[in-house]
Amino acid sequence: MNNPLLSVQDLSIEYVGDKTDFRAVDHVSFDVAPGEVFGLAGESGCGKSTIAFAISRLHKPPALICGGNIMVAGRNVLDLDANELARFRWHEVAMVFQSAMNSLNPVLRIESQFHDLLKRHRGYSKAQSRERCAELLKLVDIPADRMRDYPFQFSGGMRQRIVIAICLALEPKLIVMDEPTTALDVVVQREILQRINELRRQLGFSVLFITHDLGLMVQFCDRIGIMLDGKLVEQGTADQIYRAPTHDYTKKLWASFPSFHAPAPRQENAQ
Amino acid sequence: MTANPAIVSLQNIGKTFHLGAHKVRGAHDLSFDLKGGRTLALVGESGSGKTTCARIIMREYIADEGQLLFHGAPVTDNTPKGLKQYRKNVQMIFQDPFASLNPAHTVDYHLRRPLALYRRDLKGKAVTDEVHALLRQVELDPEIVAPKHPHDLSGGQRQRINIARTLAVGAKVIIADEPTSMLDVSVRQGVLELLNRMKRDLGLALLYITHDVATAHYVAEDIMVMYGGQILEWGDVNAVLSNPQHDYTRMLLSAVPNPEIRFDDPQSRLDPASVNAVREQAKQLHPHIKTAGPNHFYRHTAP
Repeated sequence: MNNPLLSVQDLSIEYVGDKTDFRAVDHVSFDVAPGEVFGLAGESGCGKSTIAFAISRLHKPPALICGGNIMVAGRNVLDLDANELARFRWHEVAMVFQSAMNSLNPVLRIESQFHDLLKRHRGYSKAQSRERCAELLKLVDIPADRMRDYPFQFSGGMRQRIVIAICLALEPKLIVMDEPTTALDVVVQREILQRINELRRQLGFSVLFITHDLGLMVQFCDRIGIMLDGKLVEQGTADQIYRAPTHDYTKKLWASFPSFHAPAPRQENAQ
Repeated sequence: MTANPAIVSLQNIGKTFHLGAHKVRGAHDLSFDLKGGRTLALVGESGSGKTTCARIIMREYIADEGQLLFHGAPVTDNTPKGLKQYRKNVQMIFQDPFASLNPAHTVDYHLRRPLALYRRDLKGKAVTDEVHALLRQVELDPEIVAPKHPHDLSGGQRQRINIARTLAVGAKVIIADEPTSMLDVSVRQGVLELLNRMKRDLGLALLYITHDVATAHYVAEDIMVMYGGQILEWGDVNAVLSNPQHDYTRMLLSAVPNPEIRFDDPQSRLDPASVNAVREQAKQLHPHIKTAGPNHFYRHTAP
């Protein structure tokens, strides 16, 4: 790929133990182009979240990157010092976690949580922050007059959208989303991902999307990588992963959950 | 189906929560039967009243209106003894397999406790034999699993222990509240199949509560769609899913992930304004019941 925004090259990550080390990510390479949505699918423990954390250098010991490079817009993330890292996180790569809606500070109003970030990174005054906060809330379909509310006054789906709005505040080039809608129900999930899809067309950021729901992933992603035991066993366009999976594990993943839309392999029912 | 009597029935159950002056409708006019050898799925969004419904059946909440029947007789005995007798027959499996087992105790202990409480006829080696039989029933190897602690087990294995625990009590009705939503896709199906097999072999009645329509379609014979404390549409699972009548059911089904439709396709767009309109409409009281087929009903605001 020419000029990928994110390029993970031959990345290996180990969890260092007392006696043995556990290799969570094993020689993984993939690229994400500007404006592209790339999906990583696999079971718990396959290393997909470890990669997500490593991209913003948020992994903590005992996790150790023992090989490879992570290039974001031409810079190697692994070479950044503390100051550069502080300017890199949020500015270039933002992250949404699975339980992100619980990551808002419960005792601060929404506007102060935006101000925290905008003051620190952009030196905004309160009035400037409020203006930017209104813009960002509007992007995720939340009325701007609710910025004076506290997190508990919002539903789970709205809180998740607020977190996404905070992620967009510094106009990052890449948003890493680790199971962003797993805790939400289908209608809310659809509304949120549909909005993110429109926003990435409009604002041009890339998304690294992690989930275990392959059906959802095919709907949302341009390209998909399938992980098994720390290895990237298959990658291809969403259409290819859906219609013509080549690796046995990908086929097994497709067979392992009942699909509502495809004719289900109905087993005999007790009548 | 007519020859199969209901084990637990709800008749016109209602429940309102009072938050100061504010009233929240938790359940309104719920009527359904749980029958041996059948699975009834209850689907809806978060906050639709699914768990309230489960708690009313477990008698954690006392309904404000209506009746709960057990084998045709109203349940009225609210003494600890009466509750224990009822819960011997009606048991629950919770969503979070990581939180519902005590981390300080072994699997063996978790299964001995219900046996000591509900199966007092078993003594000595008979208890050990029963624990092993239960573990085999949920497809776990007793020699390996019994001495382990919950943290040694995967989520799927833990959920199997929870199922074994309900069987230890000798439950006839199992209320499963999102039993697979926290499990990996690859183990999900194994747990669902185990529940299906229990239902067939032991004649259990199962209430499967979920927001995942795809798995409901897979395990259940009947389905109910709930929103705002009301059951808006119910009946045979194929009839409801292939020919939904209520606007809310249609919207819910259209939001189920479908790899055939890309988000980029403008035709597939779910308009937030119309979603809200459907929700607002679904919140209103729907006093009128209409028939769409032999075993397919829905509610309507107008006669």
